[in-house]
Amino acid sequence: MRRFSLRTLIAEAFNAHQGWERQWRNPEPKPAYDVIIVGAGGHGLATAFYLASEHGVTNVAVIEKGWLGGGNTGRNTTIIRSNYLYDESAGLYEHAVKLWEGLSQALNYNVMYSQRGVLMLAHNVHDVQSFKRHVYANRLQGIDNEWLTPEQAKAFCPPLNISRDLRYPVLGGALQRRGGVARHDAVAWGYARAADALGVDIIQNCEVTGFRRNASGAVEAVETSRGTIKAKRVGVVAAGHTSVILARAGLRMPLESFPLQALVSEPVKPVFPCVVMSNAVHAYISQSDKGELVIGAGTDQYVSYSQQGGLHVPMHALDAICELFPQFSRMRMLRSWGGIVDVTPDRSPIIGKTAVPGLFVNCGWGTGGFKATPGSGHVFAHTLATGEPHPLNAPFTLDRFRTGRLIDEAAAAAVTH
Amino acid sequence: MLLIPCPYCGERPELEFRCGGEAHIARAADPSAVDDGAWSEFLFSRGNPKGLYAERWNHAHGCQRWFNAIRDTASDRFVESYKMGEKRPLPGGE
Repeated sequence: MRRFSLRTLIAEAFNAHQGWERQWRNPEPKPAYDVIIVGAGGHGLATAFYLASEHGVTNVAVIEKGWLGGGNTGRNTTIIRSNYLYDESAGLYEHAVKLWEGLSQALNYNVMYSQRGVLMLAHNVHDVQSFKRHVYANRLQGIDNEWLTPEQAKAFCPPLNISRDLRYPVLGGALQRRGGVARHDAVAWGYARAADALGVDIIQNCEVTGFRRNASGAVEAVETSRGTIKAKRVGVVAAGHTSVILARAGLRMPLESFPLQALVSEPVKPVFPCVVMSNAVHAYISQSDKGELVIGAGTDQYVSYSQQGGLHVPMHALDAICELFPQFSRMRMLRSWGGIVDVTPDRSPIIGKTAVPGLFVNCGWGTGGFKATPGSGHVFAHTLATGEPHPLNAPFTLDRFRTGRLIDEAAAAAVTH
Repeated sequence: MLLIPCPYCGERPELEFRCGGEAHIARAADPSAVDDGAWSEFLFSRGNPKGLYAERWNHAHGCQRWFNAIRDTASDRFVESYKMGEKRPLPGGE
């Protein structure tokens, strides 16, 4: 891998930029690997990168039905924060935020992590009590999160309408200053490039059609549209399609896949300094570096794999945006789209073993997986390399739905359920 | 927005309906006799297929009655709807 630096940039400037190499290879699958990761989104590629860089496991393939970063990694609203309520989730998401802070250097690829602050608005007494509880819990966990009055929120985010005449007036907000946004495509590309340089094979246009198991029931190979590939361990990181893939290994998961919609406006000059989210009236908004307003809407109510959804769902989000930020009432929206998110009953992810020996799963990130990308990959790589969970993902077992030890983060998740 | 065939009222827009999730998940006849694994399966595990799916709908802002429907989750197209208590009309029925 040729490192990006000011020196190489200047050298290429005198070479008409003809000397840049391809960022990753496009290899044919080998007959066998130590580890196969199913799904080349951010989480899968991060898993491959940390397997190679931290655990020395380089005989790894990441196989992908479509193209890398083409699913939810390229469809989310890129919000990053770690102010979750429970110690288990806060630990996992804070692990990710710490990795985000050094990620551009670690990958030698600019992921444009911008810590512009994430402001969560409270609109009723319950919100105020709940968010203050989060602030106090986060303080005990050593995670920054502070309470702002409506006037302080307005000072932090001037476009905000704090008039008492709103249908749901702003009663305050919780601000995590270390939160922010990152460039989603760059995350997938950066991890792919760095993992490829360490010897990981990224195999695109290769769909998993089944799993082959040995006499003791353990996974020994993955059957794909490009032939059978042997593997000692297999990790499925397939987001919305996890249920579909694991059904091919005879597993029934506690997951439902819903469309989650987002939309962007026409690009304008910098007008919006931070990320604002409001669970109660359902608005998620930030401005991309291109100038588009990036707006997150909600999930549709039914299971679907169609990567679209009803128009009334983004319209509902726009109603809230126009009330909270009246200056955007005449903005034109350019595109909307849907991604398929896999939601667990307790809104926390599942990272660990399945009932099939050698088959591991990292799924259930629901509506908020992007923020966890580096942390998720890091702990899942540990799980795949050692066969046992990292202390941070030990509580996030599949078995918790049998034991009842749920991690019920519904109140803290990014999208109301 | 989906156009949903209520077996009582005919096709109506999705805004009138609430989705009740997967259909034909039966509670154990003797709940104290089943183990934690079976409870977990009943409460949490879902088919979640890419393809034909039987699910429950409630015509909340219409006749307010519950019914079942078969929908293709890849295309969102409804295949058939039927009243509660009727057998699932397609293969895989219970």
